[in-house]
Amino acid sequence: MIHSLFLINASGDIFLEKHWKSVVSRSVCDYFFEAQERATEPENVPPVIPTPHHYLISVLRHRIYFVAVIQSEVPPLFVIEFLHRVVDTFQDYFGVCTEAAIKDNVVVVYELLEEMLDNGFPLATESNILKELIKPPTILRTMVNTITGSTNVGEQLPTGQLSVVPWRRTGVKYTNNEAYFDVVEEIDAIIDKSGSTITAEIQGVIDACVKLTGMPDLTLSFMNPRLLDDVSFHPCVRFKRWEAERILSFIPPDGNFRLLSYHVSSQNLVAIPVYVKHNITFREGSSQGRFDLTLGPKQTMGKAVESVLVSSQLPRGVLNANLNPSQGTYTFDPVTKLLTWDVGKINPQKLPSLKGTMNLQAGASKPDENPTINIQFKIQQMAISGTQLHTHPHTLQLQSQSSSSQLTTA
Amino acid sequence: MQEWASQLCENRQFGSKMTDSKYFTTTKKGEIFELKAELNSDKKEKKKEAVKKVIASMTVGKDVSALFPDVVNCMQTDNLELKKLVYLYLMNYAKSQPDMAIMAVNTFVKDCEDPNPLIRALAVRTMGCIRVDKITEYLCEPLRKCLKDEDPYVRKTAAVCVAKLHDINAQLVEDQGFLDTLKDLISDSNPMVVANAVAALSEIAESHPNSNLLDLNPQTINKLLTALNECTEWGQIFILDCLANYTPRDDRESQSICERVTPRLSHANSAVVLSAVKVLMKFMEMLPKDLDYYGTLLKKLAPPLVTLLSAEPELQYVALRNINLIVQRRPEILKHEMKVFFVKYNDPIYVKLEKLDIMIRLASQANIAQVLAELKEYATEVDVDFVRKAVRAIGRCAIKVEQSAERCVSTLLDLIQTKVNYVVQEAIVVIKDIFRKYPNKYESVIATLCENLDSLDEPEARAAMIWIVGEYAERIDNADELLESFLEGFHDESTQVQLQLLTAIVKLFLKKPTETQELVQQVLSLATQDSDNPDLRDRGYIYWRLLSTDPVAAKEVVLAEKPLISEETDLIEPTLLEELICHIGTLASVYHKPPSAFVEGSRGVQHKRLPGSAGSGESVESPDTGSAAGVSDAPPAVIPSQGDLLGDLLNLDLTPPATTGPPPPATSGMQLGAMDLLGGGLDSLMGDESEPLGGDLGGSSAMGAGFGAPPAAPAASFSAPVSGGLDDLFDLGGGVGMPMGAYSPPKTVWLPAMKGKGLEISGTFARRAGVIQMEMTLTNKAMSVMTDFAIQFNRNSFGLAPAGPLQVLTPLSPNQSIEVTLPLNTVGPVMKMDPLNNLQVAVKNNIDVFYFSCQYPISMLFVEDGKMERQVFLATWKDISNDNEAQFQIKDCHLSSDAVSNKLQGSNIFTIAKRTVDGQDMLYQSTKLSNGIWVLAELRVQTGNPTFTVCLKCRAPEVSQCVFQSYDAVLKN
Repeated sequence: MIHSLFLINASGDIFLEKHWKSVVSRSVCDYFFEAQERATEPENVPPVIPTPHHYLISVLRHRIYFVAVIQSEVPPLFVIEFLHRVVDTFQDYFGVCTEAAIKDNVVVVYELLEEMLDNGFPLATESNILKELIKPPTILRTMVNTITGSTNVGEQLPTGQLSVVPWRRTGVKYTNNEAYFDVVEEIDAIIDKSGSTITAEIQGVIDACVKLTGMPDLTLSFMNPRLLDDVSFHPCVRFKRWEAERILSFIPPDGNFRLLSYHVSSQNLVAIPVYVKHNITFREGSSQGRFDLTLGPKQTMGKAVESVLVSSQLPRGVLNANLNPSQGTYTFDPVTKLLTWDVGKINPQKLPSLKGTMNLQAGASKPDENPTINIQFKIQQMAISGTQLHTHPHTLQLQSQSSSSQLTTA
Repeated sequence: MQEWASQLCENRQFGSKMTDSKYFTTTKKGEIFELKAELNSDKKEKKKEAVKKVIASMTVGKDVSALFPDVVNCMQTDNLELKKLVYLYLMNYAKSQPDMAIMAVNTFVKDCEDPNPLIRALAVRTMGCIRVDKITEYLCEPLRKCLKDEDPYVRKTAAVCVAKLHDINAQLVEDQGFLDTLKDLISDSNPMVVANAVAALSEIAESHPNSNLLDLNPQTINKLLTALNECTEWGQIFILDCLANYTPRDDRESQSICERVTPRLSHANSAVVLSAVKVLMKFMEMLPKDLDYYGTLLKKLAPPLVTLLSAEPELQYVALRNINLIVQRRPEILKHEMKVFFVKYNDPIYVKLEKLDIMIRLASQANIAQVLAELKEYATEVDVDFVRKAVRAIGRCAIKVEQSAERCVSTLLDLIQTKVNYVVQEAIVVIKDIFRKYPNKYESVIATLCENLDSLDEPEARAAMIWIVGEYAERIDNADELLESFLEGFHDESTQVQLQLLTAIVKLFLKKPTETQELVQQVLSLATQDSDNPDLRDRGYIYWRLLSTDPVAAKEVVLAEKPLISEETDLIEPTLLEELICHIGTLASVYHKPPSAFVEGSRGVQHKRLPGSAGSGESVESPDTGSAAGVSDAPPAVIPSQGDLLGDLLNLDLTPPATTGPPPPATSGMQLGAMDLLGGGLDSLMGDESEPLGGDLGGSSAMGAGFGAPPAAPAASFSAPVSGGLDDLFDLGGGVGMPMGAYSPPKTVWLPAMKGKGLEISGTFARRAGVIQMEMTLTNKAMSVMTDFAIQFNRNSFGLAPAGPLQVLTPLSPNQSIEVTLPLNTVGPVMKMDPLNNLQVAVKNNIDVFYFSCQYPISMLFVEDGKMERQVFLATWKDISNDNEAQFQIKDCHLSSDAVSNKLQGSNIFTIAKRTVDGQDMLYQSTKLSNGIWVLAELRVQTGNPTFTVCLKCRAPEVSQCVFQSYDAVLKN
């Protein structure tokens, strides 16, 4: 099982360690540092690293490596899942999961880790149980604590641990009963030169915010459940009912949670709501390159495409860019070579474009990289939305988020 | 807590010198006094505040261990918060103050009987965390009670506590019988208790591999399946992993378990999903394939695996490593999902590389166009590692999907045109492989390759290019110039390139002998005289001797047809794959190695195997594997059981070969080379019948210094790493299944089961594609599993010896038969036997060593180049004295002289001339034995007369009888 945990920041300092069994010397992390040195990018550190006596399983989130040390054969996915759960919990507690936040709340962090694992076995990972055990820090409570010297440890042991619905605490009361469901979808797509879709798949989630009194039992149904290829449920969803009737039936946890995530495979046709016309060229021997980009809406069912943000990683040889946006503003960071263009809303009558020249280092040869273009946008009240494009010869990546919310009560 | 506290301390004091820390402790003295007073205060409120301050000091790294007795005094309280704080303090300091920790024991014991289940659980949990021997003794009684507590929450916590205690003191846990109590908890009514009991038992079982702690039977399985639906996600992982170790009794049970596990595929936790996949993959083996449910299950497996690929990159990586195994075992599951494995621009490199691997595995005629388009795109990326692998992948596609080969080659040519150095080099390496797979098809591209000769700076690419130049020397006009240019810096090249250059130049010489004599001299002297590398030197000597004694033989050896390569080379070996499938979701599946290969202290790790499919009679019970593993520990028993004439064999070393991998083909290659070298010498030596030839081999001056080295060393080092370079030498020994018309007698029983303690061996000999093979059927007629097979031959007339270890990879279960083909060579020690073709064999297994003798048909020693020139034949016939002539009659043979001639040619008896005199056909035939002895024959066939007369003339007349027997056997078959 999980033996120890080390948190390592981007500059390679171990700033926190926790052991659930005997103490493992932090020198074990040297193997991790070796692997880190070999990797060109921070995210390229392999997630499983063998050492003579231990195995290091790591995840990278918010520029912090969470490195778990295990000594025997433990399913690596189990460890990785748990580490992600730890990060989620920190984020839930502190709002952000940064080195500073963890250091500021080091006591709470230890209390949390102590409660989440017992002897390397997960003990309480449900956020509502944890919150009963250890109260999340608030500004007020921090002030009170510093004055009175009291801790964040709850006075009561959580009752949820004994219940058959461990994700929900008892005795919840609200004056305003409400429940919100957000559908967020992302589409991964590859689009060829001519603009036709080679493959597109949707990765969607339904996030819920439920504030209901007592022990509510909810049902939720879909207009077209057949679309969903593969679904992963929160443990509260009754699987049998879904299998038989395609109805979501569940007692929800209190507060925010992810009800389900689903996958719509490439077999189903996906209409991609925007298109990009691009022309990014460099000429051999010339120190200039042309940049020409136009966006347009496509199959949006009359909905407006909003909050459009284009970003592109230009080749390393580019010194600066002289561009002219038809709307919005653009910035080019000469250090990271990142071009960002805040477009705003797309007006179908007057398509936004960004045209101009890029200056290359004098005498440098033509860059052979294909710039990646990343586009984020939002379309309110539309079910199928986000895309990720991948075209040849210039690789395009489009990403979008859109959400539609609807109120449903039991 | 202590660790992080001290860490914190370290952080804060980082950079400060001893003086500072001294100052630090002195200030604390006063503080501690104050706290001590407060802790001993009568007022409850004040006490609580004091403990809080102590804990706060502790968490920031101050040493408050001096307050131990005072804090422990506060433990006896009803206030839960205070109690928790004291526990926290205890866990931190008990180790450093073991004597005082005893003081806390009473309170723990009392808390374990508290009416509040949460307090009971907290007490037993905390007690388990105090790693002090003295405390653990007192822990036993409360733990026993808690394990049988009426509240499931307490039982669940206590179950984990047993694992903790086992970690501290395993003997104590066993003595106290906690393991049995834990086993009982598997049948608990509460799912969480079951899950934790399973988890604890699994952890304990890891340090006791043979304890059979998790005794699974249909009842417990049912319990586990019920608990599976109701416990937490982590519990589900433990239970699923445990289920995977069970072997269902039949396909019905297997199906019902699958049905109950399938819903887990929809869990949000990817670890649950993968564990469920493991159970399903394993139990699916038992389902009959025609069952509807089987198809349904296959369909259900694909979507969750695809979904895993949209998770975080770390999860994706583990998932991809496992999918790699799954597609090798059951490619049908994901065959339509190729697109999800296309790499994304922002995937970490480790994910990209894994995806590439899977793309190749899934490549088929149907999707190859798409795959190639993608791969070509990848080859223009920036990441060097990724580009290299993409180029290599194109080559693998060409080898895997024949129809696409042409497109792949043109794609590779396009890439070569980019002139990006590493792309070009990688492309040349894979084009070499494509040539090996499709010879004489794409040679038109050689010109393009040659243009890039100068840009190659990596050994592998240089070696590949040199191979191509040597192999196709006749088509490259300036091949000699090209190779000469490489030769200039011969000593600076890596061994791989040197070996390849040597071979290529020898090939060139054999193809264009006139222009390249000087070049070959040069390379041979470079390799043999100026090199310190034994491999290179030995190969140089082999070539040298070959070329100087028998250029025809050299041509046959060096320029022989090579076996085609296939894509299977990069697949995981099936038995390993089966084992890995049983370990889906574990570290083993990430490393693609069996757990025994890397998990520490796992000497006794049970090898898991997939259950056999329904209806197959094979019994693959776990006890079999267990006993096999047990026996293998015993030292190999080489005790003679029969004191007969086979005594000679006893001196042979019968230790089984260390590895049971495929035989290093190099061995046979090497030895074939050696054989020809010695041919001339043996020819005359054989004439002297009583001379023990074995002893002379080493001392023969013709051998040269290079052969003085023990043959084992080069053979071993030749095997894997330089395989590319050794291709030409391999092919004769590689055992290509090219059917030749060579006669092979039917199998006879050599070792009856009665004499072999249950092992029955029947077999025969055959010569296939120039390789002598011993084909055996091993049958296990005993009750126990047989393993560790090895074989040895006694010295024999023609120096027959196994060219590799006996290939019995899997243990032989009772009533199982296995066909084994053992390639032989003729470079073993020589001793004249009576009869001449007698062979004494020793076979060893885990039970005993068995000896038997058999006779091989001498026809299998007839080599392919046994056709003599007419003139030579005539001269030799006259030269051999008539005393050496023997005449035999072949009766009852109704074949025409042409049919006879054809038939004999199949067995390497070549008809050189035919004469017809008075209606009698006279066939003049020659054949050559593997040791270089020529046998000349005159076969008289009278039309309409079933009796033939054969006259044999040979310098070593004692072989005549055997040769005649072969004639007789071949013609009558």
